[in-house]
Amino acid sequence: MSNIPENLRYSKDHEWVEVDGDTVSVGITDYAQHALGDVVYIDMPRVGDKFTTHEAFGSVESVKAVSEIFMPVAGEVVAVNDGLNDAPENVNNEPYTSGWMVKVKMDNPLEADAMLSSIEYEEYLAASA
Amino acid sequence: MSETSLKKTPLNAEHRELGGRMVDFGGWDMPVQYPAGVIEEHMRCRTRAGLFDVSHMGEIWVEGPDAIPFVNRLTTNDVTKLVDGQAHYSALTNVGGGVVDDLLVYRFGPEKLLLVVNAGTTDKDWDWIKSHHSEHDDLGMRNASAEYCQIAVQGPNAVGILQKLTETDLSAIGYYHFTEGSVHGVESIISRTGYTGEDGFEVYAAPQFAEQLWNKLLETGNYGSDGGILPCGLAARNTLRLESAMSLYGHELGDDITPLEANLGWITKLQKGEFIGSAALTRQKETGLTRKIAGFEMIEPGIARDGYDVYIGEEKVGQVTSGSPAPFLKKNIGLTFLPPQFANIGQEIKIDVRGKHLRARVVPTPFYKRQK
Repeated sequence: MSNIPENLRYSKDHEWVEVDGDTVSVGITDYAQHALGDVVYIDMPRVGDKFTTHEAFGSVESVKAVSEIFMPVAGEVVAVNDGLNDAPENVNNEPYTSGWMVKVKMDNPLEADAMLSSIEYEEYLAASA
Repeated sequence: MSETSLKKTPLNAEHRELGGRMVDFGGWDMPVQYPAGVIEEHMRCRTRAGLFDVSHMGEIWVEGPDAIPFVNRLTTNDVTKLVDGQAHYSALTNVGGGVVDDLLVYRFGPEKLLLVVNAGTTDKDWDWIKSHHSEHDDLGMRNASAEYCQIAVQGPNAVGILQKLTETDLSAIGYYHFTEGSVHGVESIISRTGYTGEDGFEVYAAPQFAEQLWNKLLETGNYGSDGGILPCGLAARNTLRLESAMSLYGHELGDDITPLEANLGWITKLQKGEFIGSAALTRQKETGLTRKIAGFEMIEPGIARDGYDVYIGEEKVGQVTSGSPAPFLKKNIGLTFLPPQFANIGQEIKIDVRGKHLRARVVPTPFYKRQK
């Protein structure tokens, strides 16, 4: 059973966001990290890069494969988690805390509200299982 | 392909019980990894022991007075040099010198050989071998692939673990030698071979004993939560063999790749006399290679994957054949074919990693070599 914190919002691409005013932290879900396996490298954008909703903003490399990660909300990257350069395994171990990837200033702060709630994401996982 | 049409090894239920993540591997339903994860499985095999289900591999018996000359005509290595109880790595080649498959040839006696071939190519190999059987050959052949399970126990603790289950003195079995003996009461072929770069054994037995052998090996090798043997899936099998720079059929070897290009000159005995492909290989050796396999490691952060384009300067020179993180070496490594003038140690190349040309350099292979 995946860990799905109630206070976060989720995308169907298995990203999560934590809303803080008009800024969100972005990472991948417990379900996603489990599906990927051991994460060994993360290719991330730079501060100042701008993305539209669902645009690929980086990639997560596991031993076996590479997966793109998609921006769940449109906006500008205002912070990047450099700690993941040295400890990419944090994405596996703590996907919702030390495994966060970027912070994004949203173009439209209402966009995060339209994402899935924890209950809706759980239902989505159950339906796609 | 639906799951029901996939072939299953006799250990399929064990893999599921252990939480193996199952994938379609060339038509076989196989575990790619277990809950411990690829890195832990890889490291455990390097430092302690790993257990692998390789029952999907194919076994072909060739027997009769013409067995040795027949296999010698089909393969690159010199079968006449084998003694009873010895095996060697070899290749089946086509007329052009390309590799039909790589394989192990076991000599059980002067008229009895066992060929162990890749899972995905077993049927192709069987057809190929049969098609070269002439009516003048005094020969019996049998595709016995369904009659064996095959379990590999690999790593520095492999000898110790297996020795607890057999009366056979394992220290008397040299590298690439084998014997017939009893393992946990099961009649087996015990072979000091493997595909990980570690010391270890491959045990062949009747499939109905697979489950008890597998579980007994896991139980015997379990030294506690962090120190015991771990079951390893296909992903770890691949990273282990890549660190050891062993070829994988369909990647470094194929019908249009010769063993000389794949750095397998050491199993290509052009002096032994004519074999299928020997003329083409002799010609290639005389005229020189146009490409050869090279190992590389990434200089810039990023991981090369199979199929990524390789550049020297602005010129595209080839593709990555295998690429992955190397868990033990903690580097990102790979193999690629390069024009020979660029295959020298230290040569800088660039790999197109999803649009970015990242720097890499040619390094000696194997990337990893165990301490003896």
